[in-house]
Amino acid sequence: MLTKRIIPCLDIKDGRTVKGVNFVELRDAGDPVELGKIYADEGADELVFLDITATVEKRKTLVELVTKVAKTVNIPFTVGGGISTIDDVKALLNAGADKISINSAAVKNPDAVNALAREFGSQCIVVAIDTKRIDGIDFVHTHGGRRPTLLKTQEWAKEITERGAGEILLTSMDHDGVKNGFANDITSELSSMLSIPVIASGGAGNMQHFHDVFTAGKADAALAASIFHFKEIPIPELKSFLNEKGVNIRKML
Amino acid sequence: MEVAVIKYNAGNVKSVLYAMERLGVNATLTDDWETIKKADKVIFPGQGEASTAMKYLKERKIDKLIKELKQPFFGICLGLQLLCDYSEEYDTQCLGIFPIKVKKFPPLNKVPHIGWNNLENLKTPLLEGLDESAYVYYVHSYYAELNPKYTIATTHYINDFSAMLHKDNYYAMQGHPEKSSVVGEKILNNFLKL
Repeated sequence: MLTKRIIPCLDIKDGRTVKGVNFVELRDAGDPVELGKIYADEGADELVFLDITATVEKRKTLVELVTKVAKTVNIPFTVGGGISTIDDVKALLNAGADKISINSAAVKNPDAVNALAREFGSQCIVVAIDTKRIDGIDFVHTHGGRRPTLLKTQEWAKEITERGAGEILLTSMDHDGVKNGFANDITSELSSMLSIPVIASGGAGNMQHFHDVFTAGKADAALAASIFHFKEIPIPELKSFLNEKGVNIRKML
Repeated sequence: MEVAVIKYNAGNVKSVLYAMERLGVNATLTDDWETIKKADKVIFPGQGEASTAMKYLKERKIDKLIKELKQPFFGICLGLQLLCDYSEEYDTQCLGIFPIKVKKFPPLNKVPHIGWNNLENLKTPLLEGLDESAYVYYVHSYYAELNPKYTIATTHYINDFSAMLHKDNYYAMQGHPEKSSVVGEKILNNFLKL
């Protein structure tokens, strides 16, 4: 049976992990390759590397980083952050990334989703949506959730699916960083409506939250950052908790 | 040991090379007939679309070469599908090693089938040391039908399909061993030991 996926997310700046990472096993807490390998060995099902480097020049280090990750990590990984052109995507996939994720660029130019899906196949094109509820209506936000758009989240999700997105990474800005649980309502709404997998992000605070997003939220995968980085929830513990609760997850050999 | 990884227009071939590197094996990405013929093992990776891949293989006569090879041969993902008779993906005649049809998943659930799924009905030296709790990573929209003679492992998604195939020196797997953690490494190691 197809399993639900647990995905740690690493924020990268100039080739280094940022946002606090608190791992005693790490020789160098800033090395995303080392951290990625630890997560893979612990049973993470995939990894997401989100590049928040601003300048084009420094982004070259991202391709080098992706090469190192691909050489080291034996599970699939996605790279996102500031990706917009076919050349960007080609460079990252050629370096060994399994999927790329686009966000603001898709809102700015929706045809880019079609172009990327046609060129590389839907399976490696993840479209990230940052959503925020305003007066009871869910709106897409861009630029790390800071900039509102007039796009309704449900309509946008449907549109990008039709344009060829392979997966949706849905981050609820209302829930992100609050640790009060994922946005199960909109996650479930999108997951039921769409013919592609939905990765839920934002709000993970305890193990029950993962259970809820996989059941009530109908998510195909759940993504989190700090709770893994600070070892608040070790992945093996999370997986045995979910397994005991009857959620179908992958067990390590 | 010399391992040849067939070079053609398929995506993410590097992952297979890196996986070999992690296992301490030197693998060469090549489309050179002699190098492929002389290799101890041949890997035929894949990610992409069947018709353009077949066109590319035919133009370079790699299709003929593949059928002549005698050493252990391992088709992965699209590599498995191309070893079959026919794919519904753009109505493509494939290599015909396995008399099996490749069909598109009916839209009864989300397609592509993305993520970790387990292997069932395991039989073959390729799966030594593994049982039905072995999960592998999948990303695909088309699947090979079951064949009682050649299917050596199955997986269930929407319907049962051939997760792995075997005939003579030809082995194939729909999932990605190069991305399937410890399980994938076991499978690749078993293949290298054939």
